Amino acid sequence: MKKSQIILFVLAFLIWSFLSWPPDYQHLIVGIFVCGFVSFMTGDMFTKRPYRLKQPGRYLWFFYYVPVFIWECIKANIDVAYRVLHPDLPINPGIVKVKTTLKSESALTFLANSITLTPGTMSVDIDEENGFLYVHWIDVKSKDIQRATEIIVKNFEDILRRIFE
Amino acid sequence: MKRLRWLIGLVAIVAIFGIAIFYPYASLLEWQSPLLKHSFSVLFLCALFCLWRILRGPTPADRAVAIDILGILVLGFCALLGIPTGRDWYIDIGIAWALQSFISTLALAKYLEGRNFDE
Amino acid sequence: MNETIGMFFIVIGLVFDFFGCLGLIRLPDVYNRLQAATKCVTMGTCGILFGLFLFKGFSAAGIKAILCILFLILTAPVSAHALARGAHKSGVKLWKKSVCDKYEEDKK
Repeated sequence: MKKSQIILFVLAFLIWSFLSWPPDYQHLIVGIFVCGFVSFMTGDMFTKRPYRLKQPGRYLWFFYYVPVFIWECIKANIDVAYRVLHPDLPINPGIVKVKTTLKSESALTFLANSITLTPGTMSVDIDEENGFLYVHWIDVKSKDIQRATEIIVKNFEDILRRIFE
Repeated sequence: MKRLRWLIGLVAIVAIFGIAIFYPYASLLEWQSPLLKHSFSVLFLCALFCLWRILRGPTPADRAVAIDILGILVLGFCALLGIPTGRDWYIDIGIAWALQSFISTLALAKYLEGRNFDE
Repeated sequence: MNETIGMFFIVIGLVFDFFGCLGLIRLPDVYNRLQAATKCVTMGTCGILFGLFLFKGFSAAGIKAILCILFLILTAPVSAHALARGAHKSGVKLWKKSVCDKYEEDKK
């Protein structure tokens, strides 16, 4: 058994016991067999470098990331409500290009999700080789790559680098 | 002209909400509060907006977007239905619906992209 | 007490759901619609599910509502991303008053 398979087994068993919540022994025994089968078949591709899960600093940064993310979400909703309710539709859309220095796949996925749920921006495509992200922006403030990177990506990039890189 | 259309839309939405709140329709369930009873009409109105976009959308991409949003709305509907009836299994239907809707949205996106499904 | 706070969360969620669907009607092209609708409807449905959790407490339905919130936050942006990419590749143009389109320039 590899380490990655064991981590996947623990996660899957946790989700199984939440889904069948008042836990009794029949559900748990069936869950052990099903989770064992799934983690034996597909456990190889779950995580590439399992030693990262042992470093406690990453979890602390993750707990710092959650409230920042929720606050940005609430700001995004109020922004969209203002734009939709205004009679003149104050939008100024366009697709801009921003640069990111993150490399690993999970960090890029979380960065794209964070960009989509924060005010006024939505990720359209990723160019992984050169580290470019194409972002649809509902209110374009600048077409320059450097300036757009400072406005859109900067906040999340610092936190996500400490979590995933 | 723009302001006039905005005003007409506002009057129409207020009229629909007024009818939904003051019309005395019969109901089989026991409602904890009148606010909960009227919250269903908001979701019905949202679903009507999505159906309008599916009917009217000029491109296929618009229709795919509206189908995606309708799937998430049905999840909210299932969660809301669990409160007045007191049944726990409505949220199970919601979970299964959300899973199915996510996969079908990915398939629609692949179809729009014009590639094979094998990738 | 818990039910009052849950009702407050449900009303907030319904209001944002309504704004999201209004954006689906009012905004002019696919990308703007996708943006408004995804943000508002995801957050609104999360509010409804959190209200359900406050109503039910740590019973079967409450725990499943929390799992649903996690699943929705992870998957809704992914499907929005896939739909935007598919729409751009199938040749849907941006709105005619848009400022710039760097993706179209780089594809050639």
